[in-house]
Amino acid sequence: MTTQPQEKLVISGLHAAVEGQEILKGVDLEIGRGEIHALMGPNGSGKSTLGYCIMGHPSYEVTAGSIELVEADGTRHDLLAMEPDQRARAGVFLAFQRPMSIPGVRLADFLRHAVTNVRNPDRKEGQELMPMRDFRSELKAKMADLSIDTEFARRYVNDGFSGGEMKRAEILQLAMLRPKFAILDETDSGLDADAVRLASQSIARIGGAEMGILIITHHEQLLEHNIPLRTHVMLGGRIVESGGPELAAELHKRGYERIRAAYPEAAAAEQSMQDALGNETAQPVTA
Amino acid sequence: MTTPAAPALSNTFDRASLDRLLTDQHSGRAVPAWANDSRRAAFERLETFALPDRRDENWMRTDIRLFKPKAWGPRRRPGPEAPVPTGLLADFLAGDSSGGESFFDEAPRPSGTSTQLAGRLLSLDGHVLHEQLDPALASRGVLFGSADRLLASHGDVFERHWFSVIDSQCDWFAALHAAFHTASTVLYVPPGVRIAEPLHVLSGLGEGGIDTSHVLVVLGDGAEATVLTETAGGGSASGAGSGFHCGGTEIVVGRNAFLRMVNLQNWNTGVWHFARQKAVVHEQGRLQWTLGALGSRLSQVAQDVALAGRGASAQVNGVMFTEGRQQLVYNTLQHHEAPGCKSDLLYKGGLQDRSRLVWRGMIKVDKAAQKTDGYQRNDNLMLSREARADSIPGLEIEADDVRCTHGATSGRVDEEQIFYAQARGLSADEAARLVVAGFFQQVFDRITILPVREALARAIGSRIRRIS
Ligand SMILES: Nc1ncnc2c1ncn2[C@@H]1O[C@H](COP(=O)(O)OP(=O)(O)OP(=O)(O)O)[C@@H](O)[C@H]1O
Ligand SMILES: [Mg+2]
Repeated sequence: MTTQPQEKLVISGLHAAVEGQEILKGVDLEIGRGEIHALMGPNGSGKSTLGYCIMGHPSYEVTAGSIELVEADGTRHDLLAMEPDQRARAGVFLAFQRPMSIPGVRLADFLRHAVTNVRNPDRKEGQELMPMRDFRSELKAKMADLSIDTEFARRYVNDGFSGGEMKRAEILQLAMLRPKFAILDETDSGLDADAVRLASQSIARIGGAEMGILIITHHEQLLEHNIPLRTHVMLGGRIVESGGPELAAELHKRGYERIRAAYPEAAAAEQSMQDALGNETAQPVTA
Repeated sequence: MTTPAAPALSNTFDRASLDRLLTDQHSGRAVPAWANDSRRAAFERLETFALPDRRDENWMRTDIRLFKPKAWGPRRRPGPEAPVPTGLLADFLAGDSSGGESFFDEAPRPSGTSTQLAGRLLSLDGHVLHEQLDPALASRGVLFGSADRLLASHGDVFERHWFSVIDSQCDWFAALHAAFHTASTVLYVPPGVRIAEPLHVLSGLGEGGIDTSHVLVVLGDGAEATVLTETAGGGSASGAGSGFHCGGTEIVVGRNAFLRMVNLQNWNTGVWHFARQKAVVHEQGRLQWTLGALGSRLSQVAQDVALAGRGASAQVNGVMFTEGRQQLVYNTLQHHEAPGCKSDLLYKGGLQDRSRLVWRGMIKVDKAAQKTDGYQRNDNLMLSREARADSIPGLEIEADDVRCTHGATSGRVDEEQIFYAQARGLSADEAARLVVAGFFQQVFDRITILPVREALARAIGSRIRRIS
């Protein structure tokens, strides 16, 4: 572990609600640049909600706590005061568990806007986009790295993509945007075994020593090349336990029985949350 | 440009105004008698009509209670100092567009390329200000320009079609147009002549101006042409000004001919717009007909396509964007008269504020029209909760071996899409514009005329505000 001061994403005492229903009940988490953290937890425990809160989804209301970017010199930036696009320009990235499709908008055009804005945070709409030649050669190189056919950039954003294609497109965007902090929400789901291995390698290469990554997953394959510094377990809207990489392996093998037994209060919260929501693990709102 | 020292214009559409039109001489040549007879007949009908009202099926959804027919009449020729409004296409025809760079098209378009025009006609408040045709085309027998001039000199070419394609006697507006049209344009392309560059017709209005122009396009067998017509100017909804367009378009596509026709309606938002448009496509003829509509206070447009000869085909594209309290009504007809024809209509509308868009479409298949392939679709994107869109598709089929389908959708911009794009660094406005552009992409993909696509995309983009 480095002792050098470094830029951090700091979440403390985070409470969040959706439609008046409290989902997150006090989350504390610190991720430094260059660190990999894994976040696991049963369905509906609040993992995606945490990702949405960090990115600023309008449906999720933060009722208490803070999310900040803290520079190496201690300067703090309040993410909660920023629009989602400002957060992206500040270096935060969320790979969606279920990416949205935008019919009629080509992936290449979408990414050119995204890359231009993220690299020139002060850019106003209508100002010059990144020069096409530079963009083209960079995107082509990144697509080759990820074994994605160039023709793929012509397709409309996530429109008619297979589950695996969507996740690969998310990784491509991660590679192009090179954020300081990335939350990867089940980026392994929908990928076949070979693709998961490739994804795991790619993320490791993209992340390097510069990126702080929070990997939300139910499996451990994605962690193969991304050994987490810490593994966190979320239950009932709280991180109840943190440990090393071995914790991920244990949860993957044995499930959450031990965790539920060890943290009865969080388990009760999980139960009451499900009751309030009609005993269903609702999916994030999608059209 | 001299202002005629003629007697003061009557300021309504009455017999005195008609007489004045009938006796006007152009280029020293008399308008042929049949053209004047057509005006007189229309005027007789006009006098028998009341304004259409909501009992008429076609006008059921059009609110013209505030339209005051007596307020309108012929306008004097504007003086040379009168400002001429700019059309949507101006920038794109001149070639100063920059947005066309494509990821997939590695060879960049040479900068400063401009679309050459084969011919142009410009009118203001119902008076032709300027007309021009490539002399090389003129020498090959192409006729293009002011109808007054060309009906006098080449009446025999146009007589058969003049006001015989559209029904000029069906209601008050149609009759008014047929009796009082001015600043009209005709195009004739002889058999086998292919014109690569577009012909451009811009009809402008000043504040409170009136435009009754007519367009007749006749393509001989095997001929090809691209015609871009656009409208601009008039009063805005907020100002005191207004404007009135009462127009008609007639199109004849000969055997094996190919016409790309574009009508861009971009009046200011105080203008009343009434138009009756019809195309007849003969054997193996092809028509790509694009309507773009962004302007006017109220529009009532009839767009008919008749597939009159075996194997004819028509692709009809509509791009509409409305805002404020604009109200646009379209009645379309795809009439399959002959066997083995294809028609494919796609109208897409974006609605903002309290605007309203109505599309009522009909595919009619005659008994003789076996092996018909007919399609119609209308998709609307609602950008506000107060906007309203109606899609009313219809089929009337008398043949038994046909394939006819229709569809309609109406949806909103999905906040999840906006959030997704924001998460990638696009501002909410930028995201909304991208989503809306994406919505229109499907119809843009069909419009093979780049300047038209670019002009519409930019105009729509500049109108979109943050979705509420
Ligand atoms: N937009 C929403 N509307 C209603 N309920 C929601 C919404 N988003 C999340 N929830 C509820 O909040 C709880 C946490 O959901 P979340 O998506 O964060 O879980 P998760 O840990 O990511 O689950 P999974 O492993 O299945 O992805 C669930 O009970 C869910 O139904
Ligand atoms: Mg989730």
